[in-house]
Amino acid sequence: MMINHPILGPRDASEFTILGDACLISRPDWTADDAQDSFFDYQYLRDNPAGIHRELWFHEYGDRSWLVITRNTLTHEILDVVLARDLADKTGGQVR
Amino acid sequence: MTGNRGWTPVWREPEPKPSYDIVIVGGGGHGLATAFYLASRYGIKNIAVLEKGWLGSGNIGRNTTIVRSNYLLDGNQAFYELSLKLWEGLEQELNYNVMMSQRGIINLYHSDAQRDAYVRRGNAMRLHGADAELLDAPQLRALCPFLDYENARFPIKGGLLQRRAGTARHDAVAWGFARAADQLGVDIIQNCDVTGFRIDNGTCSGVETSRGTIKAGKVGVAVAGSTSRVMAQAGLRLPIESHVLQAFVSEGLKPVIPGVITFGAGHFYISQSDKGGLVFGGDIDGYNSYAQRGNLPVFEDVCEGGMAIMPMIGRARMLRSWGGIMDMSMDGSPIIDQTPIDHLYLNAGWCYGGFKATPASGLCFAHLLARDAPHEVATKLRLDRFARGAMIDERGAGAQPNLH
Repeated sequence: MMINHPILGPRDASEFTILGDACLISRPDWTADDAQDSFFDYQYLRDNPAGIHRELWFHEYGDRSWLVITRNTLTHEILDVVLARDLADKTGGQVR
Repeated sequence: MTGNRGWTPVWREPEPKPSYDIVIVGGGGHGLATAFYLASRYGIKNIAVLEKGWLGSGNIGRNTTIVRSNYLLDGNQAFYELSLKLWEGLEQELNYNVMMSQRGIINLYHSDAQRDAYVRRGNAMRLHGADAELLDAPQLRALCPFLDYENARFPIKGGLLQRRAGTARHDAVAWGFARAADQLGVDIIQNCDVTGFRIDNGTCSGVETSRGTIKAGKVGVAVAGSTSRVMAQAGLRLPIESHVLQAFVSEGLKPVIPGVITFGAGHFYISQSDKGGLVFGGDIDGYNSYAQRGNLPVFEDVCEGGMAIMPMIGRARMLRSWGGIMDMSMDGSPIIDQTPIDHLYLNAGWCYGGFKATPASGLCFAHLLARDAPHEVATKLRLDRFARGAMIDERGAGAQPNLH
């Protein structure tokens, strides 16, 4: 599996580690009344789709940037790669 | 003797009836075992098992056949020890040869700290009635002279041996349970994809399938890697991710590896099948997948693990590799529980350890379906344990599936 890094170009997947669903960017508000429930959701529950999945990858053996990769979990085809920072800025940190 | 002619089907292929007392979704090992124990031990006969493909097409036919009960934590060890005891009587109970072979498993240790951890694990096993023996290097050398004891980075200091562990013929387990369940009147319905649940006022009363609506008093779901996909049809979001785990087989060799051996400093385990092939594997790939195939970096990592403990296998040629889809739970332990929807029950989260659990998983799920209360060895395998902070984190790795 090759990952087309937005800055470095195509890199082998073995240089990366994965954290999971990109919704982990959207940390719940810890001051909200329902913080306990929303942190449970955030920490443990996942959509886990068969098909298109947006996920956080870390270029650990590279430039140590966080990426958001859109990938098909049925075929492993990578459809889009962006810097997580750019996506977080663009969405105000609310990635769903 | 007969030239392999004259074989007849060993289970019926019935049309689905409009209604059953209990419908099991998923005709893998766990679903078939559940139906068998419901019929044989809980006296419920009007049961259907719905399978979207054919029997043995999922993880029951894709695993590395290892059976063991060398767990540490309270919520797990009693469950897996019950499973091993069921394995020991399974061929008698099913009247079917599942090629259960108690050839033993050895977990290697490579440091003083790891030895101490294995002493603790062995004691926990024995307290739950399982067997465990700690081997030092000379004792291990007598059993496995071929290991790389003087490896500079991961010297082998000894191992934790469970003699009652071993291997069983994986797809024969599916066939044995299917045949025995069928003889007790269970309808096994293949090529029947569940496309939805009938849920009214928070109560499940049946399933919609590719072969029509089937009403049910209770519905139990045991679909491993497809758990999130199937349960989403009931509106549930679960603490599960689906990941791919690869397995590998070499060309057939003369008998060389006496039992199952696992590497203590990396993730690698190996046994030798009765046909002579070395059967081995390691870590999951680490990313969400429904593809039933993995990638080469993990392949390389597994082979490096093998070379670190037994360089003799370096000249063996790889014959084939494949992947299965694991229902990875957030703490690495399974779930056998009711769901927030009445009459809908869940059996999931087996991670990469579902095969050895097959009989106990079936028995405990049958108990739950029949009695609406957890079996005594499954009281901690609950769906709400994540919200309660009562994780069963066997590996001590934290709340992230790809670390388990």
